[in-house]
Amino acid sequence: MTMGLTAEMLARIQFAFTVSFHFIFPALSIGTASYLAVLNGLWLWKRDRAYLKLFEYWKTIFAITFGMGVVSGIVMSYQFGTNWSEFSDKAGAVIGPLMGYEVLTAFFLEAGFLGIALFGRKRVGEPLHMVAVVAVAVGTLISATWITSANSWMHTPAGFSVDSNGNFVPEDWWAIIFNPSFPYRLTHTVLAAFLTTAFAVGAVGAWHLLHDRTNRQARIMFSMAMWMAAVVTPIQIFVGDQHGLNTLEYQPQKIAAMEGHYESHPNGAPLILFGIPNEDEQRIDFAIEIPKLSSLILKHDLNAPLQGLEDFPEDERPPVLIPFFTFRIMVAIGFLMLGIGMWSLWARYRKTLYEDRWLHRAALAMGPSGFIAVLAGWYTTEIGRQPYTIYGLMRTSDSLSPVDAPAVGASLVAFVIVYFLVFGAGVFYLFRLFRRVPILEEDHELDRGPHRAAGINPGPAQEEPIRAGGSSSGD
Amino acid sequence: MEIDLPTVWAGLIAFAVLAYVVLDGFDLGVGILFPLFPKRHDRDIMTNSIAPVWDGNETWLVLGGGGLMAVFPVVYATVLPALYMPIIVMLLGLVFRGVAFEFRWRTTRGSRSWDVGFWIGSTLAAFMQGIALGALVQGIEIANRQYVGEWWDWLTPFTLLCGLAVTIGYALLGATWLNLKTSGELQAHARRLSMVTGVVTLALIGVVSLWSPFLNANYFDRWFGWPTAFYSALVPLLLAGCAFALWHGLTTDKHLQPFLAALGLFVISFVGLGVSFYPYMVPGALTIEEAAAPDSSLAFLLAGALVLVPVILAYTGYAYWVFRGKIDPEEGYH
Ligand code: HDD
Ligand code: HEM
Ligand code: HEM
Repeated sequence: MTMGLTAEMLARIQFAFTVSFHFIFPALSIGTASYLAVLNGLWLWKRDRAYLKLFEYWKTIFAITFGMGVVSGIVMSYQFGTNWSEFSDKAGAVIGPLMGYEVLTAFFLEAGFLGIALFGRKRVGEPLHMVAVVAVAVGTLISATWITSANSWMHTPAGFSVDSNGNFVPEDWWAIIFNPSFPYRLTHTVLAAFLTTAFAVGAVGAWHLLHDRTNRQARIMFSMAMWMAAVVTPIQIFVGDQHGLNTLEYQPQKIAAMEGHYESHPNGAPLILFGIPNEDEQRIDFAIEIPKLSSLILKHDLNAPLQGLEDFPEDERPPVLIPFFTFRIMVAIGFLMLGIGMWSLWARYRKTLYEDRWLHRAALAMGPSGFIAVLAGWYTTEIGRQPYTIYGLMRTSDSLSPVDAPAVGASLVAFVIVYFLVFGAGVFYLFRLFRRVPILEEDHELDRGPHRAAGINPGPAQEEPIRAGGSSSGD
Repeated sequence: MEIDLPTVWAGLIAFAVLAYVVLDGFDLGVGILFPLFPKRHDRDIMTNSIAPVWDGNETWLVLGGGGLMAVFPVVYATVLPALYMPIIVMLLGLVFRGVAFEFRWRTTRGSRSWDVGFWIGSTLAAFMQGIALGALVQGIEIANRQYVGEWWDWLTPFTLLCGLAVTIGYALLGATWLNLKTSGELQAHARRLSMVTGVVTLALIGVVSLWSPFLNANYFDRWFGWPTAFYSALVPLLLAGCAFALWHGLTTDKHLQPFLAALGLFVISFVGLGVSFYPYMVPGALTIEEAAAPDSSLAFLLAGALVLVPVILAYTGYAYWVFRGKIDPEEGYH
């Protein structure tokens, strides 16, 4: 069951597996929570039933995503103890209170108001219901703030001292929370969640427009999503660039790995667009590079020197292969998103936003792009931090629990089976919900016929139970 | 006066764990009882009764775990590896029961499987929590701030008994909750189940209480030594009071009283445990003082907790109030 892997490697795989699954759900639920608040606000303001319909439509999707986020998150909060107990013992006094505040300020807020936001519109009335919806959305953002603060502290630790037992002792909480990489990472991560949601919503809208370009609800969601894509993507690229500059200052090895710079370049480093890292020979094979551009991007000077991995001791270098590729995947997706955003602006200007089938097809294809970019980004960040869990101070190999490889291996297998089963089913149900046609009850009779003719598969909508209790029933 | 931060925190963590046990206890209990309600419609009502509140209930578990890491990191870092298997199985159980709420509505063909998942998930989670409790009571081997015992140390007849006791106890909480929230045939069935699980729970509490003083000399002194025996005599008396209130409430068809009495049973047993543990966090191995994080951590989180916990209790109470009363079988939420 352990296939010769050490407990450390297995624990890393287990953590990476569970946290990757976990983060897929917040990436969507943070964005949808805010989207729901906007839709509900628009409904209260304009009293246009299209917005109410969209709220109900996305509410069900949110409920499922959120549920999966909660259960996979609870696993995370115990993994630090089961698999990384040395880390928890030494750094718990710093990381723990941040997560404690996350529970107190965010998780309870989300959970306390979730029931009212989902099921309570009639019971508490519109204004209080709106408060609950906003509370849930704010809760997800507060949660993102604390957890990225904790995570950023592990990348750029500050505001602590180390006592004689090697334990981290907090000295200045302000410096701990607002550690140097936190503002960048928080902004970049929250915008990433918004973009992920925008492209998911956009793809659902595009899918329904491809079948019926007159569907007003589909038009509204597509248009809203495309506004987000056009406005937020450029900001995200800018923030990403700033984030990279910050990383260069605090974690130069990570940047060298991302850029594929094994060698140092005293007079201007090239930008390697593509290539294949060769760890044995410590070079990039088949590199396609643009001279000096890397120095221009990172130092705003064509001839500025840049350090390569060779400048760092061998046991302080991160692996190159994965960060090199994941970074390129993320950046490529960022520019594709920008492309879609600009295309939609052009289509809007030409008044073909709802007619341009190629735009719709492209938006549909980009549906999963946010999730891929988000995971690629996290892999870059986390693997680029290796071999440390707390950058420069605590090694991954010293963070591990005293558990045996078979125990970690067995639990890893259990996680893989259960997660694929449970979250696989969940994603399947999500797709089913995406395929429901967002039509108003009053248009129902009118729309049914043409829809079938247009080839929409009515299966999923019928599969959905029509008894008391379906949360799509819109109480 | 100096505030003794570690003791305050031990109290707060104990409060979070107790809140978790009584709140998620009745949710899990509803899941444990699932197969005893063969009608699909009844099970719909049962999930409806907990759907708006279960997430909040489970959050107390996150507070217990996260709080432990923050204020008693060494406890978190030794107890969790010691209980590796039960914790992982509990988490996987919670995964199943958490998603089942939504998933069972999303499919007609598959909904039976999710009902089974809900039942197994709830039962496993409850059973593993009982095992974890039993393993703590029987003791965990710690040296140099590290767990030094074996993989299977947690598996003994005593821990299995505790697992059973917690599972049946949660079933009692669930049954009295359903007695409170439902009507008609469903409620009558829940009342009968409350009686059965009530009797079994009391018997198991008795066996566990008689067994544990013999596991550890400290407990024995605490319970049978003078002058503490005077106070510890109080615990069985209070338990008897709750048991009477439970029985009386069920036989006279009261709705709220049995639920409160069942909660009382849990609270008193929990206090009894606290009496046994104090001043240890991990019996026989780590005291509250030894295990505490630096004061800067304790003070920082306490400042927030003192303000936020009352606020949380207030809006959680409000959410319960919004969804008060009997479940209307026709109402369109779940
Ligand atoms: C940027 C955002 C973000 C990141 C990086 C993480 N999470 Fe998360 N988490 C959330 C954003 C979030 C959320 C939006 O607040 C969730 C997602 C869906 C949900 O229900 O709440 C959540 C749920 C959630 C829960 C359940 C909360 C509840 O009971 O309501 C726990 C215990 C955690 N997370 C713990 C973690 C840990 C230990 C992480 C690090 C390894 C982590 N999360 C990364
Ligand atoms: C408080 C927040 C976080 C903490 C304390 C944390 C801590 C850790 C620890 C202890 C490890 C294992 C050691 C290692 O291999 O580096 C790890 C690895 C990893 N983490 Fe994080 N992490 C946090 C947040 C996240 C998030 C939110 C993600 C992504 C969604 C993430 C992605 C990863 C990945 C992919 C690995 C595996 C890297 C590897 O094994 O090489 N982490 N992290
Ligand atoms: C093309 C523009 C982009 C640039 C230049 C960029 C830059 C970066 C850099 C340098 C990092 C690593 C920071 C570090 O670990 O120190 C990072 C991480 C990350 N990126 Fe990007 N990024 C871009 C686009 C995107 C997009 C489009 C998304 C998602 C929709 C995204 C999501 C993430 C996430 C989730 C992380 C990990 C969290 C973090 O460290 O902030 N990025 N990005």
